[in-house]
Amino acid sequence: MTMLTPRARVRGLGSAKGGTEHWWTQRLSAISLAVLAPFFFIPFAIALGKPWVEVVSMYKHPFNAIVAALFMLAVFHHMRLGLQVVIEDYIHAPALRTGLLIAVKLGTLLLGFAAAFSIAMIAFTV
Amino acid sequence: MAKFTLPQNSQIVQGKTWPKGEGANLKAFRIYRWNPEAGENPRIDTYYIDTEDCGPMVLDAIIKIKNEIDPTLTFRRSCREGICGSCAMNIDGANTLACTMGIAEIEGDVRIYPLPHMPVVKDLVPDLTHFYAQHASIEPWLKTDSPTPSTEWKQSTEQREQLDGLYECILCACCSTSCPSYWWNGDRYLGPAALLQAYRWIADSRDEARGERLDNLEDPFRLYRCHTIMNCTKACPKGLNPAKAIGNIKRLMVERQM
Repeated sequence: MTMLTPRARVRGLGSAKGGTEHWWTQRLSAISLAVLAPFFFIPFAIALGKPWVEVVSMYKHPFNAIVAALFMLAVFHHMRLGLQVVIEDYIHAPALRTGLLIAVKLGTLLLGFAAAFSIAMIAFTV
Repeated sequence: MAKFTLPQNSQIVQGKTWPKGEGANLKAFRIYRWNPEAGENPRIDTYYIDTEDCGPMVLDAIIKIKNEIDPTLTFRRSCREGICGSCAMNIDGANTLACTMGIAEIEGDVRIYPLPHMPVVKDLVPDLTHFYAQHASIEPWLKTDSPTPSTEWKQSTEQREQLDGLYECILCACCSTSCPSYWWNGDRYLGPAALLQAYRWIADSRDEARGERLDNLEDPFRLYRCHTIMNCTKACPKGLNPAKAIGNIKRLMVERQM
């Protein structure tokens, strides 16, 4: 049984002095995705089903490569911020929460890095 | 984890159906009952009221039930005109004040429960201790460092208008207890009522502690658990807009970093 005054319970560990950065970045990444989406998906739809050489040559074009890389970074960054909120909202067991938060942060970093690296490989080496 | 199922001892069972009595316009009131001393599960009791022989509001009906049918029915009420906030409860599936909700507005049976997701003291009386402590934590009073003027703290008409839609809050808790984010994280999230009040003081041109107030709210849980669900604004029986007030706080948070 924890005996705390109502004020102590509300004050908890005090203000974390953060949160705005997360909130603002989530909105910025959402705006970036909305702007980038047509420039990413239209070439992507055109490339679908095309022979390998043509697809590679399309993504060797700096515009397509830059848009695709930016889109991937924005997607996985936005995903990290969003999943973090979902976990904080619904997962209350401390160990599970911490574990999932770490997994989401590292997992999305890995996915974003792998995607950007793949695009760079097409652009520079293939 | 958030809990999506009720513990065994909190599952609601069918309660007593009280005798119908005489009357041409009988309306059924299905009301949540729970007594901490009885050690039983909560139950739904059914009462019948002749709406021709009763005042127009839901509060009139439950006062009539308490006076004439079942004196053990427990609820809070005081002003009966929507200014004290005591009779906030969940009526016909939405949080509102029993005194300003017309019986005629409800189709079919009138289902009445206490405010959702709060500890219940008895029947329709929720324990609002934490809710009030959250309100206290935003320090709802004018904070100044300048010497107190000999007359009053001056405010222009326009500056006073900034407080319209904020000062009218009666702290009935309808908004906070309708907010899913407050249900899941109400221990740390301040909830729409406390945040609307926080903004009421942030928006007050006479207050000298805006930055300090924002500092105290700068927190992933205290403020940023608001996901703009807007249940608060839909629920408010005074027609206020806590979601907009919270949006304004977030805007100021960003503004002071740019």
